[in-house]
Order: sequence, then C-alpha cells, then structure tokens
Amino acid sequence: MDIEQALEIVSQTHPGVVRSHNEDSVVYDESCGLVVLADGMGGHNAGEIASSITVSLITTEIKNSLENMRPEDRGESGEDVGVMLLREKLQKANTTIYNASLSQPQCAGMGTTVVAGLFYDNRLAVAHVGDSRMYRLRGEIFEPITRDHSLLQEQIDRGMLSQKNARLSRNKNLITRAVGVDPAVDAEIQVHAVQVGDIYLLCSDGLNDMVEDDEIGAALQMLRANLQLLARQLIEMANDNGGRDNVSVILIKINGEFAVPRGWLAKMLSWFKR
Amino acid sequence: MAAKLILSMNGGVLREYALDKERITIGRKPHCDIVIDNLAVSGEHAAIVTILNDSFLEDLDSTNGTLVNGAVIKRHFLQSNDVIEIGKYILKYLNDQKIQSTAADFEKTMVFRKSSRIASATPVKADQYEMTGKLMSAEQPQSAPAENTSELRQPAPVTVSPEKAPDSQQKIGVIQILIGPNAGKELELVKSLTTVGKSGLQVVVFTRRPSGYFITHVEGAKYPNLNGKPLDDQPRQLNEHDIIELAGVKMEFYIKS
Repeated sequence: MDIEQALEIVSQTHPGVVRSHNEDSVVYDESCGLVVLADGMGGHNAGEIASSITVSLITTEIKNSLENMRPEDRGESGEDVGVMLLREKLQKANTTIYNASLSQPQCAGMGTTVVAGLFYDNRLAVAHVGDSRMYRLRGEIFEPITRDHSLLQEQIDRGMLSQKNARLSRNKNLITRAVGVDPAVDAEIQVHAVQVGDIYLLCSDGLNDMVEDDEIGAALQMLRANLQLLARQLIEMANDNGGRDNVSVILIKINGEFAVPRGWLAKMLSWFKR
Repeated sequence: MAAKLILSMNGGVLREYALDKERITIGRKPHCDIVIDNLAVSGEHAAIVTILNDSFLEDLDSTNGTLVNGAVIKRHFLQSNDVIEIGKYILKYLNDQKIQSTAADFEKTMVFRKSSRIASATPVKADQYEMTGKLMSAEQPQSAPAENTSELRQPAPVTVSPEKAPDSQQKIGVIQILIGPNAGKELELVKSLTTVGKSGLQVVVFTRRPSGYFITHVEGAKYPNLNGKPLDDQPRQLNEHDIIELAGVKMEFYIKS
C-alpha cells in the first residue's frame, strides 16, 4: 500500500486556558510519512520562533532529501537513511536556532523540544529531544515509546523517585536537552516496527501534565474510529483539567502495510517507476 | 532557600537549619553539618541530599535507625511537614515551595544547565557530588556570564489563578433505555468518556465535563438522533430528558439526584 493511503494523520494545537500565546508547533506531511511536533520556550515570541523554525525546517528539508533518497536504504554510517536524515536535519535546526539566539537579542535563550516520526517500510523512526512525547496504542496496550530528557525522568531512572512520587516533585518542567540552546544537540533516535491498527500519539507536555496516561489511553481506545474527534477530545480533557500550558497532539493511525517491495525484480520495477 | 529543618527535643526548639547545601550530614561527629551530641545518634547517622527544590533523606546505616512520620526508612523523598526522628531528637522538614502539579504549575519549561548539579542519593564513587556528564557536556562560552547569575534560564513568572477544583459535587448523568428487550436498563455515565453503540455501525460518545454532559457522533454512516433530529459532527450538550435514538434503540438522558 502507498504510504499516503496507509497512514491517517490528524493534528490539533491549542494555547490552553491560561497562556495567551501558543509556543507549540505541529506539522505533518502524509506524502512522505513525516510528523513533527515542537514545544518552544523563551521570552516574548522567541519560543514560537524556535518551535516553528524547527518543525518547518525539518519537514521541508526531509521532504526535499527524499526526492532522491530512500529512507529504507542503508546510509554510510550503517543506519537507515531515514534515521540519518532525522539526525542531520535536527542538527541543522539546532544550529539555526542557536545562531539566531546569539545574533538576535530578543531571541536570546530560546529553544525548543521536538518529537518527530518518519514512517517508511513498515517502520517508524522516532527522534526526540526534551519532554515532548510519543505514545503508542497497540491492541490493548498504551505506552510511551519515548523517554523524557528531563531531570525528573533521570531521577526516576536512578531509583531516587518512584513513578508515583514523581507527581509530588517540585522539580517539574526541567528538561536536560533542548534544540537550540547549545552548539550541538544530542537527539535520541529509535526505530520501531509498525503494525496495522497501531495508533501513535505525539504530544506536548501540556497534555501529559494535565491528563493521566490511563485517561489518555482510554480516550484512544474508545475513539480510535474517529481521529478528528479524538484529537479534539484530548485537548478538551487537558483544558478541562486546568489547561495550564499549550497543548498539541498529532495522531497517526496505521490503516495498512507500507512495506517496500523486496526482491530484485520488484526493486527494479519500483526503480523504473520513480 | 525554600526548605529547612527545625531541630527540637521534648517539644523545645533547639535550632533551625537551612537546606542550602547539596548534601547535609546529620550525626554525632563534629564534622557533620548537623551535630547531635547524643550516644543514641551514630557518628554519621543520616544525610539529606537536596536537588533544587526536592530533598531526599537517607539513613547512613545508623545503629538505631531513622524514622519518618513514625516509620523506619532507609531512603525517603521528603515532603513538607515530615517529622524525622533520630533518637529522642525531632527534625521537622519544611518546604514552602509549591508542588507544581497542585497549584503553581505556571513554571515554564526550562533547560537544566550544566552549572546545575545532580547528586545521586547513594553515590557510587567516593565523590559525593558526582556529576552527570551528559547534562554538562557542551561548552557554551558565550553565555557563561549569564549562567553565574542564574542556573536556569528564564526565571518563571509565577502568578497563579487558582486551579478550578474538580467538581466532585457534579451530579451523575444516566442513560435509560426506553423501549425494546432491554427497556428499563440504565447506564451511569461516571467516567469522563463512555462510548455506546456497535463498533463499525454506529457509535456515540458521552463526555463528562465540568460544564455538563455532551454527546458526539464517533463512527457510522448514519448519525444518531437527538430529540428527533440527527446529530452533526459537533458535540451537543445534553439537557435532562433529552431523547437519543441510536441504531434503533431509544434512550433518555437524565441527571441522578
């Protein structure tokens, strides 16, 4: 199946009920199976600038690169071209924002989190920096597939805090990695196998800080038939619980296989079609 | 510094200590930060590790143990008003910093900079203040002066509008089936979401919100009727005694008193 038909994608973003402007940015492109969500930070409008530069740069650049590259191929480093592209373009976004924050005083200190997914060949490459998350609903199981780059998560990892006690911490909202705050960014990238029926959720912390994972999972289970409604519902839940932050979601449902044809004949045919 | 300890014995306050260091030791030996000269107290009895606004208490394998709120602990994540007992001495932990998830979650996201340190509660190495390399790897000479003044970028403006308390008083909505073999059956809409219908054919969702109950069409080519008129894609608020027709089944919505 063509990737465009295999994936159903919707997104929604909302400033929340407390903040006046929205520093989140979301972009997706069905034709190349790319989704990107970023949650910016920094004074004035700098957060918005950082997040929108990041999502638009990553999307345009990857789209352009995929005109003459295939994400499932192996790159020079031995990893998928898709993974390589995500890393490269994230790095580029980092440099752009970092330089802007140095040269423009009103942009000083701006930065952004990012979570990006590239679907290809029944696979999903997930890149993330900071505390924007990707979750997966597969059958009955709903779970995060990214691990926050935050002080809290590090404390949980070391066993200093239990998952339950983490809610009592006074050190929330401290992220240990971000795009655009240092000359280089260390993005975490993982490749997952995709199954038909999976639903993926990308969200900014405005959702998962306001709504418990169980509740998010229940909403995905119940409303999986209607992604548009589901997106609206998730944002409504965050806002009904206080809506203290911007809240953004991207939802992807896998409606079919999108494996790349294997075998030399199939490869050749698909090569001629290009 | 937000957090402090108040040392007392037999109800009389002896001293107050600010938790202004990353690690504070409590014990009988004079090199401890909080010295309690009593034979029931071990030489190095316990330590408190503070990371920004959170503090962790750890018993250093003391002879007579450390209690928090009456229970023996090895390691404990301190919460304001916790009572630590060491021998006959009482240390009360106070932290007036708000827990963000309850009221002041107005803090903006910030990047935890390299000048900040994380100490493990149980350091593996001899160095008590083990640093986590990955946080602090990249040098950033341009912003070095700024980092001396503040470890964290962007001080957060804290002006909080009180969070709307979850309306526990909200009355429960109920759907009652009016006709058919299941007539009289009731469904209480307790959860924030309840779906009703047959998957693939016709499904609606009832959402429970602070402002009341809403009904929205989820799937199916045919839309259910509300008071004789078909729904559209928008959620509709339910009023008492509204009639819903879903896949040939007639139901009434009412509020349980």
